[in-house]
Amino acid sequence: MAITPDPQGYWRATKRLTIGLLAIWFLASYGAGILFRDFLDQFSIGGAPLGFWFAQNGAIYVFVLLIVIYCVKMTKYEKKFGIGG
Amino acid sequence: MADPWTIFWVVGTFSVYLIIAIRSRATSTRDFYVAGHDVHPVINGMATAADWMSAASFLSMAGLIAFMGYGGSVYLMGWTGGYVLLALLLAPYLREFGKFTVPDFVGDRYYSKIARVIAVVCALFVSFTYIAGQMKGVGVAFSGFLGVPFNIGILIGMAIVFVYAVWGGMKGITYTQVAQYVVLIFAYTVPAIFISLMITSNPVPQLGFIGNMAGTDMAMLEKLNTVVTDLGFTEYTSTTKAKIDVFCITAALMFGTAGLPHVIIRFFTVKSAQAARVSAGWALVFIALLYTTAPAVAAFARINFVETVNEATYITDGEDYQQRAQQIIDAGGKPVPDWYKTWEKTGLLDYDDKNGDGIMQYRGPNAPDGVANEVTPNRDIFVLANPQIARLPAWVIGLVVAGGLAAALSTAAGLLMVISSAVSHDLLKRTFKPDMTEKQEMLAARLAAAAAVIAAGLLGIFATSLPFVAQVVAFAFGLAAASLFPIIFLGIFWKRMNKEGAISSMLTGLITTFSYIYYFKFINTDPSGWWFGVSPEGIGFVFMWVALIVGIAVALMTKAPPQHIQDLVDDIRVPGQRKLHGPDDLALKPIN
Repeated sequence: MAITPDPQGYWRATKRLTIGLLAIWFLASYGAGILFRDFLDQFSIGGAPLGFWFAQNGAIYVFVLLIVIYCVKMTKYEKKFGIGG
Repeated sequence: MADPWTIFWVVGTFSVYLIIAIRSRATSTRDFYVAGHDVHPVINGMATAADWMSAASFLSMAGLIAFMGYGGSVYLMGWTGGYVLLALLLAPYLREFGKFTVPDFVGDRYYSKIARVIAVVCALFVSFTYIAGQMKGVGVAFSGFLGVPFNIGILIGMAIVFVYAVWGGMKGITYTQVAQYVVLIFAYTVPAIFISLMITSNPVPQLGFIGNMAGTDMAMLEKLNTVVTDLGFTEYTSTTKAKIDVFCITAALMFGTAGLPHVIIRFFTVKSAQAARVSAGWALVFIALLYTTAPAVAAFARINFVETVNEATYITDGEDYQQRAQQIIDAGGKPVPDWYKTWEKTGLLDYDDKNGDGIMQYRGPNAPDGVANEVTPNRDIFVLANPQIARLPAWVIGLVVAGGLAAALSTAAGLLMVISSAVSHDLLKRTFKPDMTEKQEMLAARLAAAAAVIAAGLLGIFATSLPFVAQVVAFAFGLAAASLFPIIFLGIFWKRMNKEGAISSMLTGLITTFSYIYYFKFINTDPSGWWFGVSPEGIGFVFMWVALIVGIAVALMTKAPPQHIQDLVDDIRVPGQRKLHGPDDLALKPIN
């Protein structure tokens, strides 16, 4: 079943997703790793202060996860809005 | 100290690179610039990871973090977070645009030869500052570990890169980078696993990092904090740096990463916009393997260094090591470790017995017992000495040197591509000699690559006598963030952005960032003069916003871009829509 391509809808959805993911990107690195580090350091993950861990390890895991989510979602949007290569 | 295993690994890996290079000859400009646009996303991800991780990532970063503790996080977040920006904001759209280089996009999108030439200047400046450090790294590796003179070492490195860059172009570089990634990640993680086992009894360094010291219930990081503060250093998990500076440096490195031409062009080599974003994900996975291991290596190295070296009894070169070490142990003392004696010869470790007691006192600036520091380690030692500290077999030790060379050569090759295509493609074909044939352009590209290899080698050789090489990294990232990132981003996300806006934005970013870094690095190095407390390393982020605002303001005051450009922007936002628009697309057709 062919869907009528909807480039405008696709672009709107893409922008929304991009903004949402970048907000998490900001919170995980600049937020948890820098701005709120002192606050988060009172908690710990294993033997590491949480804020410190985010700055050295956690943020990187979040970055990888964000790109994975982006790829999965974008593929769905391409199906939904009838966009193809 | 040319250890046979080191020679084996270096010669072995170099032969592999040469074989790959000879088998992947570029036969067209498409092959030469973008490896035919059909590299598999996973392969490209691996090549990107090698392209990106330089001698600094491989050799110096863990050592930097070991000394800086929390302060070293700027590199960890900064050099990985940029990939999120690349995947979400740039890579898929630039691939959909479908040409060869970053100046291709800037010139076409802003329908202006001036914009194209300014982009070429930015790309060349960024790439040359970056490549000097790589060639220097190659020279250091050869002179320190293979007994080859520094300049000859650089010449050997140049010869290898020459073969695969000039012969195979991007195609040759891509496949050698894959091999180089395998070498460097193996060389980095194997010693890390054994050291993690040794210190925390957990084989996964990332888990050992948050685990306890082996055989105790004290957290490794807590132990490290106690150990370093007792010696008068800043607590490992904190920093003395201002929060705003940490923020700005991290951001400048992230946006700089996303704006670096040699990273961006890797995403032109895949076959579609979809493949570009998947490839960015793989690249970050491959990079994260090293980058999440690095902080663990750093913390283990610091703990291990203090425990084995501090208060150890020094053994001079004249004495028989084994015999003297046994005597010291029998007397209830701690002898200087054997790996220390091995690496001392390379000049990366320095012991100055200030109080003349023959014991090595390692102290920080605020040592509570008032003892002066006597041991000065070079930051590179922490990665290089790792296999010996972990008592790994001799063959692993040589592998680390090969890994460092792989990291330096793969990055150098990516930078050479940017330099050669900027000359043969952006300046000649697209600006001053559009009537060149494909054959002439190939020849020009090869000649430019050859000239760039020689120029880079000379830079590496002269870099030793120029004190500022360590300082120029700030230039590369700051300039990429402030001059290239804003206009590429606006070119995709804001249709109204025009030629006038782009030119003024690039010039603003270039001039302000360059002046600030130059002033505070070379004229007045006093940090109290820094604007808002932001160091030259972080200022690119501040001026990026200035460049963005100037660009938008100028664009709003001048007339909108022509219709065919606005149509072009609409097309690159949606995969599979790319059609021909305007004279620039007729001059060079996009490939999809």
